[in-house]
Amino acid sequence: MRLRWLVPTVYIIFLMLPIYWLINMSFKTTNEILGGFSLYPRNFTTASYVEILTNPVWYNGYLSSISYVVINTVISVTVALPAAYAFSRYRFLGDKHLFFWLLTNRMAPPAVFALPFYQLYSAINLFDTPWAVALAHCLFNIPLAVWILEGFMSGVPKEIDETAYIDGYSWPRFFVKIFMPLIASGIGVTAFFCFMFSWVEMLLAKSLTAVAAKPIAAVMTRTASTSGYELGLLAAAGVLTIIPGALVIYFVRNYIAKGFALGRV
Amino acid sequence: MLELKNVSLAVGAENWIDDVSLALSKGTLNVLLGPTLSGKTSLMRLMAGLDRPSSGSVWFDGQDVTGVPVQQRNVAMVYQQFINYPAMTVYENIASPLRVRGADKKHIDAEVRRAAELLKLTPYLDRTPLQLSGGQQQRTALARAIVKNASLVLLDEPLANLDYKLREELREELPKVFAETGAIFVYATTEPHEALLLGGSTATLNEGRVTQFGPTIEVFRKPNDLVTARTFADPPLNTIVLPKKGAKFSLDGGADLPVPVELADIADAAYTIGFQPHHLSLRPPVPGAKALRARVQVTEITGSESFVHVEFGGSRWVMLSHGIVSLEPDETVDVYIDPRHLLVFDMDGNAVRVPDRKAA
Repeated sequence: MRLRWLVPTVYIIFLMLPIYWLINMSFKTTNEILGGFSLYPRNFTTASYVEILTNPVWYNGYLSSISYVVINTVISVTVALPAAYAFSRYRFLGDKHLFFWLLTNRMAPPAVFALPFYQLYSAINLFDTPWAVALAHCLFNIPLAVWILEGFMSGVPKEIDETAYIDGYSWPRFFVKIFMPLIASGIGVTAFFCFMFSWVEMLLAKSLTAVAAKPIAAVMTRTASTSGYELGLLAAAGVLTIIPGALVIYFVRNYIAKGFALGRV
Repeated sequence: MLELKNVSLAVGAENWIDDVSLALSKGTLNVLLGPTLSGKTSLMRLMAGLDRPSSGSVWFDGQDVTGVPVQQRNVAMVYQQFINYPAMTVYENIASPLRVRGADKKHIDAEVRRAAELLKLTPYLDRTPLQLSGGQQQRTALARAIVKNASLVLLDEPLANLDYKLREELREELPKVFAETGAIFVYATTEPHEALLLGGSTATLNEGRVTQFGPTIEVFRKPNDLVTARTFADPPLNTIVLPKKGAKFSLDGGADLPVPVELADIADAAYTIGFQPHHLSLRPPVPGAKALRARVQVTEITGSESFVHVEFGGSRWVMLSHGIVSLEPDETVDVYIDPRHLLVFDMDGNAVRVPDRKAA
């Protein structure tokens, strides 16, 4: 029993190791990385970070990634709110089938949609803009958002809606003033998942952009192939890519448990 | 005046509300009495305008309001579940209908404090509803209904989920509180004694139909039919089917029962005889009453009174006796039906004879 701590500790070390190694590498020079094995940086350097934060090619990658992710999250949640409300409150012809069909959208690999989107966006001059990626990501984020939000909304008794109508609230006013505060945690969880899926999705993001709106993931792969193995730089870029996700997780950590409890996440 | 004219509500193939016509006048207390699923809530939702009837119309003060959305009707409703806005304080909860209406701050504050005082919520105004006990939550909902000053107040089993003492207290307070406003007051309940305590008028509901509507005592004493009598009886109405022949009711097994003088003039036929538990007793209520040999099934003792469940010729009856009556199961006892208080129904369930108050 005294060794009870052993298994979790080993497990956590096992999980943290790649992240530590990435951070470790990011503070080394490329020569040191290629030169031999070391557990910590011998010649500690922040040159990689300075390069990323000063070179527009690099930091624009972050900016465009963040912009399409934010646009996508806002669109997804805004569109999903009324849709989820309809699914949770009204019975209409084929509602259950439609609801399930929404989920099946997540089953198709994004690659399937890359070509039609490419062709479509080129035709309407959306190609290589953050909007192209943001809209493409709606394809799987809106169904997800509807699915999660519906769970939270169905947890609110319908009588609250009716009481508000009886009190004299119009639907929009009721929705914003009474209903949204009640499902605030649900909106938080939904936004988090939209953010995450959009942030890690690479294939559509890469194929729908060329130069102007190139996402950070694309910048990383291209740099690696053109100027040899800039491993220190790549590691630093990797660390910076993890940070936004970690930040968002930190803020919604308490709500995610609730989302899991509802069985919708 | 609220009028329902031949209102029906069909959900799928079922009729939740079946051809209901009612007229409720201003300043009256009306009780909707019926078992669960009898349509009380559905009927209230139709009155409020939350649902639209499948057929028929709803009139308010001589105007057809059938399709008018609930926001534009001056109604208030309190549900059996404690429904408040969890994200707002108690103060904001009570103020909400006035805020929506755009009343000025001073007026709102005065009204909220008055209602809170009335329902003893003043110390809790800054809390949120979920930090209150069930009774306080329900009083918050009631306070919101009061400040609205609605012309139609619908209370759907508002006290069902409250503890006993609070229920007694609120049941007394509520009618007074709303009586001042001159509103039409509708109160749904499953409990006959609650209807009797509230007084006013009662509409008994059964399977989506209003079986009788009139002054509460009147409906209780003189039901139009067996269904109403059963709805308005707790413990359940005792019944027995007896064929009348001349001056005798014949019983199973060849015995017979003299027909009481009050019923001497009804035609010879089979009748369903109903009587309340307190009209069944262990001692002859009138000289010469016929004893019936019944078998005791179970005795429930509340302290001041005892409910003895007995079985007689296949019928199961409940007898209400004062004090503590100790009878063992399977014991045989002589019981007496008070012939002055019989409800007589024909085999279609229509009342043939109900006790006359003067004669009793």
